[in-house]
Amino acid sequence: MAKTVLKIENLGISFGGLKAVQDLNLEIKEKQLYGLVGPNGAGKTTVFNMITGVYKPTTGKFYLDGEDLTGKSQEAINHKGIARTFQNIRLFNNMTVIRNVLVGLHNQPEFKCGMLSSVLRLPRHFKTEKAMRERAKEILRIVGLEEERNNLSCNLPYGKQRKLEIARALATNPKLLCLDEPAAGMNPNETADLMNIVRHIRDEYNVTILLIEHDMKFVSGLCDEITVLNFGTVLAQGTPEVALNDPEVIKAYIGG
Amino acid sequence: MNIFETLLNGLSMGSTYAMIALGYTMVYGIAKMLNFAHGDVIMVGGYMIFLTMASVGNPILGLAIAVVFCMLLGITIEKVAYKPLRGASPLAVLITAIGVSYLLQSTAQMIFGSAPKMVIVADLGNVMLGSIKLPVYTLVTLGCSFAIMIALSLFVKYTKIGRAMIAVSEDKGAAQLMGINVNGIITITFAIGSALAAFAGFFMLLKSPSLTNTLGAMPGIKAFTAAVIGGIGSIPGAMLGGILMGVVEAISLTIPAIAPYTDAIEFSILIIILLVRPSGILGKKRREKV
Repeated sequence: MAKTVLKIENLGISFGGLKAVQDLNLEIKEKQLYGLVGPNGAGKTTVFNMITGVYKPTTGKFYLDGEDLTGKSQEAINHKGIARTFQNIRLFNNMTVIRNVLVGLHNQPEFKCGMLSSVLRLPRHFKTEKAMRERAKEILRIVGLEEERNNLSCNLPYGKQRKLEIARALATNPKLLCLDEPAAGMNPNETADLMNIVRHIRDEYNVTILLIEHDMKFVSGLCDEITVLNFGTVLAQGTPEVALNDPEVIKAYIGG
Repeated sequence: MNIFETLLNGLSMGSTYAMIALGYTMVYGIAKMLNFAHGDVIMVGGYMIFLTMASVGNPILGLAIAVVFCMLLGITIEKVAYKPLRGASPLAVLITAIGVSYLLQSTAQMIFGSAPKMVIVADLGNVMLGSIKLPVYTLVTLGCSFAIMIALSLFVKYTKIGRAMIAVSEDKGAAQLMGINVNGIITITFAIGSALAAFAGFFMLLKSPSLTNTLGAMPGIKAFTAAVIGGIGSIPGAMLGGILMGVVEAISLTIPAIAPYTDAIEFSILIIILLVRPSGILGKKRREKV
């Protein structure tokens, strides 16, 4: 039995009287590709915001590798190993592609370099910078953006911006990578390409992946297990075939 | 007055403004607030130099003490006055900054009195370049400020911390989720800005030795204007705006007919530039994405 990477227990949050998410329980095993689906407004991104520290949950707890991270700050949670991308792309627009990835590498212990050696530009500074650039290029190669590393990120087409967000998140060396609608706005070819990239990242970097997606073909083609949310509550959980054919789920999507 | 001399004078004055403007623009870029107490940090640096000169008499030591003290002061102000207001309305932060400004001025007046102190930092004399007489302090100011500004640009562009600073200024939330310690970056920014203010104080005293508790008030406002002219949040913009203000000031002061209106002329530039380019010369244009 693979070990549990992320465990969510009774997680819930209310905004005023609105219970955006309630009683969410799920368990994600190591190297699993886990999907979080549901109609608009179901609370999927809210779940991401809670497990990355943007929102503090009102109830419940979540654990990464058995460690309780509930209520920790965003950067602390990132250091512990949860990284994410955004539904509305939030790249550093005025930076080049490679610099976006370099920002992601900021906290990697292997690239620690004292402020003094940076300011005095000692040999160590240049050595660290070079190693960081090499790593950044390697990550960009995986998402297929190595050739475009010196372009400004805002000049990339939409699909490539999404890939760059994945690269930037991957640079923080996460155990759990959360992708918020990675395939949104992509054409079928790009989507197929993205599926390969996601699988490749999982195998190469040993990361577990939690993703939100509306493209059901993408979800059923990629995920081992999914949770379906509607109005903040869990409708169904299980393999995509089982969960997506649940009568409650079909009702929620089609109405009835 | 020789045109070359005027220009040099303007450049040296302008580079002092640029150093102060950098403090405004970096803090604005990173913490999204206008730190109106920034000008008064210059004054505190001035008094540190005064104290060192009066006791030890070494200007370089005075500068070093001023830089360290101002950095600590900047960090303290941020921690005590601004950090608790993170997320509060911008108006609350603005009025707090104005309050801190008066607090610093009044404290200095209580300690040192309101009579001007004379701080002769160093008498550097003049050099002759052919028939042109150049005061050495302008050359020192110009040389040092340019060296500092180049170093700062390299730091921001080519180091990890610099990169993190730009990331925070572009999108604080995303930077935080990439594991960047935003509070740490804000602290570093205040420390750098305040160190630059201490240098500016040193150059100002080098130029004219009279020190009062309002030393930083007018240069602070002018440097803030310079930062807005250059495009607030933009580091090269602050440098350009500062130099422009200094040169305009120097030229205006040499023409007897308009010399009394120098301040008015400088601030009018702001109005004109904002009419033509609301985001400043090098400021980012706000483009709505559709």
